[in-house]
Amino acid sequence: MSLVVVRVDDRLIHGQVVVGWGQPLGLQFIALVDDKVRASDWEQDLYRMGVPPGMEAVFASVDEAARRYDDWVKDARVGLLLTGDIDTVIALVDRIPKLRRVTLGGIHHKPGRSERLRYVYLADDEVAKLRALVSRGVEVVAQDVPTARAVPLAEFAK
Amino acid sequence: MSNPLRGVVVSHAGLAQSLVTAAEHISGVRDALVPVTNEGCDGGSLKERIGEAIGEGPAVVFVDLPGGSCLAGAVRISRDQGRGIAVVTGVNLAMLLDFVFHRDLPPAEAAQRAVDAGGRAIRIPPA
Repeated sequence: MSLVVVRVDDRLIHGQVVVGWGQPLGLQFIALVDDKVRASDWEQDLYRMGVPPGMEAVFASVDEAARRYDDWVKDARVGLLLTGDIDTVIALVDRIPKLRRVTLGGIHHKPGRSERLRYVYLADDEVAKLRALVSRGVEVVAQDVPTARAVPLAEFAK
Repeated sequence: MSNPLRGVVVSHAGLAQSLVTAAEHISGVRDALVPVTNEGCDGGSLKERIGEAIGEGPAVVFVDLPGGSCLAGAVRISRDQGRGIAVVTGVNLAMLLDFVFHRDLPPAEAAQRAVDAGGRAIRIPPA
Protein backbone atom coordinates (compact mmCIF):
# COMPACT_ATOMS: atom_id res chain seq x y z
CA MET A 1 0.00 0.00 0.00
CA SER A 2 1.53 3.24 -1.05
CA LEU A 3 -0.73 5.48 1.02
CA VAL A 4 1.10 4.92 4.27
CA VAL A 5 -0.58 7.37 6.67
CA VAL A 6 -3.96 9.08 6.99
CA ARG A 7 -3.26 12.05 9.25
CA VAL A 8 -5.36 14.73 10.90
CA ASP A 9 -3.31 17.88 11.44
CA ASP A 10 -4.89 21.32 11.66
CA ARG A 11 -1.76 22.99 10.26
CA LEU A 12 -2.10 20.87 7.12
CA ILE A 13 1.13 20.94 5.09
CA HIS A 14 3.88 22.15 7.42
CA GLY A 15 7.36 21.25 8.61
CA GLN A 16 6.43 18.27 10.75
CA VAL A 17 4.60 16.70 7.83
CA VAL A 18 7.08 17.34 5.02
CA VAL A 19 10.23 16.87 7.11
CA GLY A 20 9.23 14.85 10.20
CA TRP A 21 7.23 12.33 8.18
CA GLY A 22 8.44 13.12 4.70
CA GLN A 23 12.10 12.33 5.19
CA PRO A 24 11.97 9.00 7.06
CA LEU A 25 9.08 7.64 5.01
CA GLY A 26 10.38 8.97 1.71
CA LEU A 27 7.06 10.68 1.00
CA GLN A 28 6.57 11.52 -2.65
CA PHE A 29 3.06 12.91 -2.54
CA ILE A 30 0.65 14.44 -0.06
CA ALA A 31 -3.07 14.25 -0.79
CA LEU A 32 -4.53 17.20 1.08
CA VAL A 33 -8.26 16.69 1.53
CA ASP A 34 -9.99 19.89 2.52
CA ASP A 35 -13.01 21.42 0.81
CA LYS A 36 -11.98 24.99 1.62
CA VAL A 37 -8.42 24.64 0.34
CA ARG A 38 -9.64 22.78 -2.74
CA ALA A 39 -11.80 25.80 -3.60
CA SER A 40 -8.99 28.35 -3.27
CA ASP A 41 -6.19 28.60 -5.81
CA TRP A 42 -4.13 30.93 -3.66
CA GLU A 43 -4.38 28.64 -0.63
CA GLN A 44 -3.15 25.78 -2.80
CA ASP A 45 -0.25 27.93 -4.01
CA LEU A 46 0.54 28.75 -0.40
CA TYR A 47 0.67 25.10 0.64
CA ARG A 48 2.68 24.14 -2.45
CA MET A 49 5.39 26.53 -1.25
CA GLY A 50 5.98 24.22 1.70
CA VAL A 51 6.46 21.12 -0.41
CA PRO A 52 10.08 20.25 -1.24
CA PRO A 53 11.29 19.19 -4.68
CA GLY A 54 10.46 15.57 -5.36
CA MET A 55 7.21 15.71 -3.42
CA GLU A 56 3.86 16.55 -4.99
CA ALA A 57 0.90 18.16 -3.26
CA VAL A 58 -2.47 16.97 -4.56
CA PHE A 59 -5.59 18.87 -3.49
CA ALA A 60 -9.01 17.28 -3.26
CA SER A 61 -12.43 17.85 -1.81
CA VAL A 62 -13.95 15.06 0.29
CA ASP A 63 -16.01 13.90 -2.68
CA GLU A 64 -13.01 13.94 -4.98
CA ALA A 65 -10.94 12.07 -2.40
CA ALA A 66 -13.56 9.34 -2.20
CA ARG A 67 -13.31 8.91 -5.97
CA ARG A 68 -9.51 9.07 -6.10
CA TYR A 69 -8.65 7.06 -2.98
CA ASP A 70 -8.09 3.78 -4.85
CA ASP A 71 -5.78 5.55 -7.31
CA TRP A 72 -3.74 6.96 -4.44
CA VAL A 73 -3.48 3.51 -2.85
CA LYS A 74 -2.35 2.00 -6.15
CA ASP A 75 0.10 4.84 -6.81
CA ALA A 76 3.64 3.50 -7.00
CA ARG A 77 4.85 6.50 -5.02
CA VAL A 78 4.75 6.75 -1.23
CA GLY A 79 1.92 9.04 -0.12
CA LEU A 80 0.25 10.56 2.91
CA LEU A 81 -3.40 11.59 3.08
CA LEU A 82 -3.82 14.74 5.14
CA THR A 83 -6.91 16.38 6.57
CA GLY A 84 -7.26 19.31 8.93
CA ASP A 85 -10.16 18.31 11.15
CA ILE A 86 -12.04 15.39 12.61
CA ASP A 87 -15.28 15.99 10.72
CA THR A 88 -13.43 15.71 7.42
CA VAL A 89 -11.79 12.44 8.33
CA ILE A 90 -15.14 11.05 9.50
CA ALA A 91 -16.67 12.10 6.19
CA LEU A 92 -13.84 10.24 4.45
CA VAL A 93 -14.39 7.07 6.48
CA ASP A 94 -18.11 7.29 5.65
CA ARG A 95 -17.30 7.32 1.94
CA ILE A 96 -14.26 5.03 2.01
CA PRO A 97 -15.06 1.98 4.17
CA LYS A 98 -11.63 0.48 3.51
CA LEU A 99 -9.99 3.37 5.36
CA ARG A 100 -9.20 1.60 8.63
CA ARG A 101 -6.60 3.65 10.45
CA VAL A 102 -6.46 7.33 11.33
CA THR A 103 -3.49 9.09 12.90
CA LEU A 104 -4.05 12.27 14.88
CA GLY A 105 -1.13 14.65 14.53
CA GLY A 106 -1.39 18.26 15.63
CA ILE A 107 -4.83 19.22 16.89
CA HIS A 108 -4.37 22.43 18.81
CA HIS A 109 -6.15 24.26 21.56
CA LYS A 110 -9.42 26.07 20.95
CA PRO A 111 -12.11 27.13 23.37
CA GLY A 112 -13.96 24.03 24.55
CA ARG A 113 -11.04 21.70 23.93
CA SER A 114 -8.83 20.23 26.64
CA GLU A 115 -5.37 18.72 26.48
CA ARG A 116 -5.32 14.98 25.88
CA LEU A 117 -1.71 14.80 24.75
CA ARG A 118 0.88 17.53 24.32
CA TYR A 119 -0.12 17.90 20.68
CA VAL A 120 -3.76 16.77 20.80
CA TYR A 121 -6.54 18.92 22.25
CA LEU A 122 -10.08 17.64 21.89
CA ALA A 123 -13.54 18.71 22.96
CA ASP A 124 -15.76 16.07 24.52
CA ASP A 125 -17.94 15.85 21.44
CA GLU A 126 -14.85 15.29 19.29
CA VAL A 127 -13.80 12.43 21.58
CA ALA A 128 -17.27 10.94 21.19
CA LYS A 129 -16.98 11.14 17.39
CA LEU A 130 -13.60 9.42 17.47
CA ARG A 131 -14.89 6.71 19.80
CA ALA A 132 -17.70 6.13 17.33
CA LEU A 133 -15.06 5.61 14.63
CA VAL A 134 -13.31 3.06 16.83
CA SER A 135 -16.60 1.25 17.41
CA ARG A 136 -16.88 0.97 13.62
CA GLY A 137 -13.56 -0.84 13.53
CA VAL A 138 -11.31 2.10 12.65
CA GLU A 139 -8.03 2.24 14.53
CA VAL A 140 -7.54 5.77 15.90
CA VAL A 141 -4.10 6.65 17.23
CA ALA A 142 -2.11 9.78 18.03
CA GLN A 143 1.43 10.11 16.76
CA ASP A 144 3.11 13.42 16.06
CA VAL A 145 6.26 12.05 14.41
CA PRO A 146 7.22 8.55 13.20
CA THR A 147 9.81 8.12 15.96
CA ALA A 148 7.11 8.50 18.63
CA ARG A 149 4.87 5.67 19.78
CA ALA A 150 1.41 5.53 18.22
CA VAL A 151 -0.89 6.06 21.20
CA PRO A 152 -4.34 4.40 20.93
CA LEU A 153 -7.36 6.66 21.49
CA ALA A 154 -8.38 4.71 24.59
CA GLU A 155 -5.14 5.70 26.31
CA PHE A 156 -5.43 9.44 25.90
CA ALA A 157 -9.17 10.08 25.70
CA LYS A 158 -10.65 8.23 28.67
CA MET B 1 5.24 61.12 8.66
CA SER B 2 4.04 57.52 8.95
CA ASN B 3 5.04 55.22 11.77
CA PRO B 4 8.32 53.35 11.37
CA LEU B 5 7.97 49.78 10.22
CA ARG B 6 7.57 47.08 12.78
CA GLY B 7 9.31 43.77 12.19
CA VAL B 8 7.39 40.70 13.27
CA VAL B 9 9.44 37.49 13.39
CA VAL B 10 7.34 34.31 13.19
CA SER B 11 8.89 30.90 13.78
CA HIS B 12 8.64 27.41 15.09
CA ALA B 13 9.47 26.94 18.77
CA GLY B 14 11.77 29.59 20.31
CA LEU B 15 13.69 30.65 17.22
CA ALA B 16 11.88 33.99 16.80
CA GLN B 17 12.54 35.04 20.38
CA SER B 18 16.20 34.11 20.07
CA LEU B 19 16.62 35.99 16.78
CA VAL B 20 14.98 39.10 18.24
CA THR B 21 17.13 38.92 21.37
CA ALA B 22 20.29 38.55 19.28
CA ALA B 23 19.33 41.39 16.92
CA GLU B 24 18.63 43.71 19.85
CA HIS B 25 21.86 42.72 21.53
CA ILE B 26 23.96 43.40 18.43
CA SER B 27 22.19 46.50 17.10
CA GLY B 28 21.16 48.17 20.31
CA VAL B 29 17.79 48.89 18.65
CA ARG B 30 14.88 47.85 20.83
CA ASP B 31 11.15 47.73 20.20
CA ALA B 32 11.59 47.35 16.44
CA LEU B 33 11.07 43.58 16.39
CA VAL B 34 8.33 41.44 17.90
CA PRO B 35 8.73 37.64 18.18
CA VAL B 36 5.84 35.23 17.58
CA THR B 37 6.03 31.48 18.09
CA ASN B 38 3.64 29.00 16.50
CA GLU B 39 3.87 26.82 19.62
CA GLY B 40 0.45 25.54 20.65
CA CYS B 41 -1.41 27.30 17.83
CA ASP B 42 -3.71 26.05 15.14
CA GLY B 43 -3.87 28.12 11.97
CA GLY B 44 -6.53 30.48 13.27
CA SER B 45 -4.92 31.29 16.59
CA LEU B 46 -1.51 31.78 14.97
CA LYS B 47 -3.05 34.30 12.59
CA GLU B 48 -4.50 36.12 15.61
CA ARG B 49 -1.10 36.15 17.31
CA ILE B 50 0.57 37.58 14.23
CA GLY B 51 -2.17 40.19 13.88
CA GLU B 52 -1.72 41.31 17.47
CA ALA B 53 2.04 41.60 16.96
CA ILE B 54 1.57 43.68 13.82
CA GLY B 55 -0.84 46.02 15.53
CA GLU B 56 -1.84 48.88 13.27
CA GLY B 57 1.21 48.44 11.04
CA PRO B 58 2.93 49.07 8.74
CA ALA B 59 5.04 45.95 9.14
CA VAL B 60 7.32 43.41 7.57
CA VAL B 61 6.63 39.85 8.73
CA PHE B 62 9.71 37.63 8.73
CA VAL B 63 8.91 33.90 8.59
CA ASP B 64 11.32 31.03 9.20
CA LEU B 65 10.41 28.64 6.38
CA PRO B 66 9.08 29.20 2.86
CA GLY B 67 6.02 27.09 3.64
CA GLY B 68 3.96 25.77 6.50
CA SER B 69 1.89 27.25 9.28
CA CYS B 70 4.00 30.36 9.96
CA LEU B 71 3.94 31.41 6.33
CA ALA B 72 0.25 30.60 5.96
CA GLY B 73 -0.64 32.78 8.95
CA ALA B 74 1.49 35.67 7.72
CA VAL B 75 0.14 35.58 4.17
CA ARG B 76 -3.46 35.39 5.38
CA ILE B 77 -2.95 38.48 7.54
CA SER B 78 -1.29 40.26 4.64
CA ARG B 79 -4.20 39.45 2.33
CA ASP B 80 -6.77 40.49 4.91
CA GLN B 81 -5.15 43.80 5.74
CA GLY B 82 -4.02 44.71 2.23
CA ARG B 83 -1.29 47.27 1.78
CA GLY B 84 1.09 47.99 4.61
CA ILE B 85 2.29 44.45 5.29
CA ALA B 86 5.02 42.58 3.44
CA VAL B 87 6.14 39.01 4.10
CA VAL B 88 9.67 37.62 3.84
CA THR B 89 10.61 33.94 4.26
CA GLY B 90 13.89 32.39 5.38
CA VAL B 91 14.54 34.88 8.17
CA ASN B 92 18.11 35.16 9.36
CA LEU B 93 19.96 37.42 11.73
CA ALA B 94 21.70 39.39 9.00
CA MET B 95 18.43 40.54 7.44
CA LEU B 96 17.03 41.60 10.80
CA LEU B 97 20.15 43.62 11.57
CA ASP B 98 19.78 45.47 8.28
CA PHE B 99 16.03 45.91 8.72
CA VAL B 100 16.13 47.60 12.11
CA PHE B 101 18.13 50.48 10.59
CA HIS B 102 15.85 50.92 7.57
CA ARG B 103 12.40 51.10 9.04
CA ASP B 104 11.48 54.27 7.19
CA LEU B 105 11.05 52.47 3.85
CA PRO B 106 7.73 51.33 2.40
CA PRO B 107 7.07 47.71 3.44
CA ALA B 108 7.69 46.20 0.01
CA GLU B 109 11.02 48.01 -0.35
CA ALA B 110 12.08 47.07 3.15
CA ALA B 111 11.17 43.45 2.44
CA GLN B 112 13.27 43.39 -0.74
CA ARG B 113 16.15 45.05 1.07
CA ALA B 114 15.93 42.42 3.81
CA VAL B 115 15.94 39.59 1.27
CA ASP B 116 19.07 41.07 -0.35
CA ALA B 117 20.84 41.55 2.99
CA GLY B 118 19.93 38.08 4.20
CA GLY B 119 21.02 36.49 0.95
CA ARG B 120 24.38 38.23 0.99
CA ALA B 121 25.06 36.71 4.40
CA ILE B 122 24.85 33.15 3.12
CA ARG B 123 28.31 32.24 1.92
CA ILE B 124 30.97 29.58 2.03
CA PRO B 125 34.05 31.27 3.47
CA PRO B 126 37.44 30.44 2.00
CA ALA B 127 39.07 27.49 3.73
